[in-house]
Amino acid sequence: MKLSVHGRQAYAYTGGKPFDPSLPCVVFLHGALHDHSVWTLLARWCAHHGYGVLAPDLPGHMRSEGPALESVEAMADWALALLDAAQVKQAALVGHSMGSLIALEAASRAPARVSRLVMVGTAYPMKVSPALLELSRNDPLAAIDLVTTLSYSTLAPKPGYPGPGAWVRGGGKALCRLVLARQGNALLYHQDFAACDAYRGALDAAARVTAPATLILGRRDQMTPPQAAAEIGTALKARIETVDAGHVLMAEAPDPTLAALRKALA
Amino acid sequence: MAGASDPGFDTLALHAGAAPDPATGARAVPIHLSTSFVFESSEHAASLFNLERSGHVYSRISNPTNSVLEERIAALESSVGAIATASGQAALHLAIVTLAGSGCHIVASSALYGGSHNLLHYTLRRFGIETTFVKTRDLDAWRAAIRPNTRLLFGETLGNPGLDVMDVPAVSAIAHEAGLPLLVDSTFTTPWLMKPVELGADLVFHSATKFLSGHGTVVGGVLVDGGRFDWEASGRFPELTEPYEGFHGMVFSEESSDGAFLLRARREGLRDFGACMSPHTAWLILQGVETLPLRMARHLDNTRRVVQFLVSHPLVGSVGYPELESHPDHALAARLLPRGCGSVFSFDIKGSRRQGQAFIEALKLFSHLANVGDCRSLVIHPASTTHFRMDDAALAQAGIGPGTIRLSIGLEDPDDLIEDLKRALRAAEKSA
Repeated sequence: MKLSVHGRQAYAYTGGKPFDPSLPCVVFLHGALHDHSVWTLLARWCAHHGYGVLAPDLPGHMRSEGPALESVEAMADWALALLDAAQVKQAALVGHSMGSLIALEAASRAPARVSRLVMVGTAYPMKVSPALLELSRNDPLAAIDLVTTLSYSTLAPKPGYPGPGAWVRGGGKALCRLVLARQGNALLYHQDFAACDAYRGALDAAARVTAPATLILGRRDQMTPPQAAAEIGTALKARIETVDAGHVLMAEAPDPTLAALRKALA
Repeated sequence: MAGASDPGFDTLALHAGAAPDPATGARAVPIHLSTSFVFESSEHAASLFNLERSGHVYSRISNPTNSVLEERIAALESSVGAIATASGQAALHLAIVTLAGSGCHIVASSALYGGSHNLLHYTLRRFGIETTFVKTRDLDAWRAAIRPNTRLLFGETLGNPGLDVMDVPAVSAIAHEAGLPLLVDSTFTTPWLMKPVELGADLVFHSATKFLSGHGTVVGGVLVDGGRFDWEASGRFPELTEPYEGFHGMVFSEESSDGAFLLRARREGLRDFGACMSPHTAWLILQGVETLPLRMARHLDNTRRVVQFLVSHPLVGSVGYPELESHPDHALAARLLPRGCGSVFSFDIKGSRRQGQAFIEALKLFSHLANVGDCRSLVIHPASTTHFRMDDAALAQAGIGPGTIRLSIGLEDPDDLIEDLKRALRAAEKSA
């Protein structure tokens, strides 16, 4: 589905069904150098179980027109504008990693428009090491390799994402390379990481959030370890769901992540 | 920046895709000889069919044992996934029919396995898919052969029969300039010798019957997607970027930005053409893959010993092995195949067809049969077998002489192999 957001073309995956704004809406927000396809299974499930689904590519990522936005706050404003463009009054916001910060900030900026807040693979502060920031600027392909290695916790994730026979580590790397190449912005990874690193508003935002919040965390996550989400979880009075997986839990453990999401949306 | 890195090749060959079985604790990969898999509920069944959840439904489409093999080969190939098929030919067919239909065109190297040449030159033409063959080394010919309806460039990493080394970086660059993917047959090299995706190829397939299995026991294939080709940006593949009526209007490139090709190949190609692999076959190939690094190293050591013996033998006219300076692709092989050039090669006996036959018949350790990549050493005399209908002029056109012998060097004691060859060369000499 194509929409115009802030005057620029945006793409949103709708879960394999035409989007229906009259249904309860779930918005899925991806992380750094990803696109909507990290959410495919969860989004399809929601779209076929009574929800209207919007899983956008963020500006400057894959199918959505750039430029990429350089702060979590700007991305949160964009996410709320996406709701306007799709004629959605209220939605559950589900975000992964950088997307979880966008969801949090958006939920704080328009509390009445957010029915649920679900932060997947999250931490606050979401600091990015100076070395990784530098690597992502100077050698983004090497940064992709390093982050992919750190993002998965097993050599045998089952049942495979998006289906059997998929090597999810390879999929993680290939997706990042495609997103990096599509719009020719060699600094996109660095910009996304810099936005995560610079975001300082989470605790203030949490105080303004009124929606019930859930954190879905990977027990073996090395990028955003569960203990690094404790403070924001407390601030949000969030339900904590822990899944036996690394950072990209949607790909490594799709069924347990779906079970946790279903509880969060219930 | 120093830091974590992915496991190495030998570790992936043993562990990628397989953990101890959660139901039984079995450490080795179980053989799941089951046609189908029980649904937890009606809702679970519906969500599996609709790709809302990942899992196994029916073994023609996917199977737990097969998926271990698929994930392991994909890991070894630095790729996003794979599909196990009934044979290497089935893998090639699946790759082509996922991307091309009637009215489409392929550019292929002329140095191909005979079965691949037959498929492209005769059989697919009957279904409206044409192929232009070009010399592997002629990069201008690759570029010039591309048409508006071309969908694929295709060649072998080491081409038949002269071991032409494909310049994968250069040919993939030509393909990508035209918005096309490069498919390579990597059977002779295996991922231990070359990872074509890291050199620019987009799709890779293997006849797993050969080195991956390694024991001459089963026939199988694997089709691998590197996941780096941008099907949407290319604009030439509506099969992947526009709604497919055969699967609920699914747009495969939207479902998976990096795995669209494999989604369609599995959901259409395996579903409709049905050339799937038996789980028992997958298990046997997995046993081979677990020792692939050890076997390939020994294949290479033995091959170098045999090559050195042959180049110094007075009855041997030439040896076509890219590690030799006399091979036209010697420099390219040194760049693309630093670990070595495999264990299949041809050499020419100075003599007649009859001498070639005498040589074959005198061998005791080498088995005379139509296969390569076995742990046992193999031999074939093309002029009296695979190409026996050709006269000498036609053989020469195909790069085959009356005394050309193809060897596949196995894992035996190299001294025994050399002794066997010595005896057979004496017999050939006497039969002149």
